Amino acid sequence: MSKTINLTLKVWRQSGPNDKGGFETYSLQNVSTRMSFLEMLDVLNQQLIAEGKRPVEFEHDCREGICGACSLVINGRPHGPNYRTTTCQLHMRHFKDGETIYIEPFRADAFPVVKDLIVDRSAFDRIMAAGGYISVNTGSPQDANNIPVPKPKADKAFDAAECIGCGACVAACPNASAMLFVAAKVSHLSLLPQGEPERERRVRRMIEAMDAEGFGHCTNTGACSIECPKAIPQEFINRLNREFLRASFITEITDD
Amino acid sequence: MNTIARVFSYSVGRKLIMAATGLFLIIFLVEHLIGNFLLLKGDGGAAFIEYSASMVHNLLIRIVEILLFAAIVVHVIDGFALFLSGRQKRSQRYAVRNKSASWTSRNMIVTGTVILIFLVVHFYTFFVPYRVIGTDATIYDLVIEAFSNPYYTAFYVLAFLFLGLHLKHAFISSLQTLGLRHLKYDRLLQIIGTLYAVFVPAGYALIAIYIYLKTA
Repeated sequence: MSKTINLTLKVWRQSGPNDKGGFETYSLQNVSTRMSFLEMLDVLNQQLIAEGKRPVEFEHDCREGICGACSLVINGRPHGPNYRTTTCQLHMRHFKDGETIYIEPFRADAFPVVKDLIVDRSAFDRIMAAGGYISVNTGSPQDANNIPVPKPKADKAFDAAECIGCGACVAACPNASAMLFVAAKVSHLSLLPQGEPERERRVRRMIEAMDAEGFGHCTNTGACSIECPKAIPQEFINRLNREFLRASFITEITDD
Repeated sequence: MNTIARVFSYSVGRKLIMAATGLFLIIFLVEHLIGNFLLLKGDGGAAFIEYSASMVHNLLIRIVEILLFAAIVVHVIDGFALFLSGRQKRSQRYAVRNKSASWTSRNMIVTGTVILIFLVVHFYTFFVPYRVIGTDATIYDLVIEAFSNPYYTAFYVLAFLFLGLHLKHAFISSLQTLGLRHLKYDRLLQIIGTLYAVFVPAGYALIAIYIYLKTA
């Protein structure tokens, strides 16, 4: 059942980091409801190119919801209205005929706009470099099951590892906090024996990096978990706070 | 920098202060409410007057009182400071605001400000005459005089409504910040938090309304 809808798009256009930027209104006719949101933007760009205008810049890569490259705040919601969905996996059947859609970049001072809807999320890379890793010696492979990991802990670590680092949590947060991202990364590694050696310094350094990058504080509103395309739950923020307290006040011997 | 100073310089550490002072105030609210129930005794305020006097003369209570004032001041100052710093993390605002999270969690600054205004009025009516400048009237007289005014009573009831909205988010949020939520009894904590946010402010409001109706 192929259906088409007509849309009015209010798209944030900004020619560069220093441009003030503003909304442009575009009318798009006969959009197939089978298209993904990004395909709809491809169609818009084709139309703009035909009109001799500059196409809208937006980020995308795998288009199957696992890479974390796509972003966009659609009608005030990072990755659009659907639960547990990235923008690339959002389809036009979730929009009504005649609807006006606001499309904005992820907004946070720690995520400066590069152009139009593209923001610089390298702050996340720097937080990861500060402590989101484990130390392993490369070389010949170890025997399987050399390091026992209880199944429930492995499952929980995997839940945290689902984070694709897209930054929707920051975009959703009233304080542009990166707590959910840092919580997912810290929890993932602190649940596993492989993450044990750096456990205390990891949480401290990642929180330090998060603050230094200009992300805000966490007020536990839970907007991040609701908008997260992987639905990373609040329990990991609880766990991050607990890891922070443990590293600060309980563990006596730490390496920094 | 030493460990403790460094801990509280982080955003997470600043939130620990908010959560710890907030939890302390949450416990205080229960104590204050239990004391207020003496107003319902119908003994012309004798029990309430005696209770208030015993609180003033109890050294332990006086020490806790200093902690209480400190907690209020720190909670208010840190709350406003964090709110303002949070605002600055997104200088270009969204055209369409995100409303995914609960109203109570997004508006702690609004409900908190109403509670602060309430506290100023509350101290002006009771604490200042009773403890600071001194008065011939008993604490019970002050209560009766204040709540015979319908506007004063209505203001209190409204303030308690905002207190309830503040507490709804405050309880579970403070536990989360202190890392005290637990997967195995999280549901129980949420129920306690909700019951607390409903019944404690309701208790205060009902006592205010009761005294107004009795004096009217």
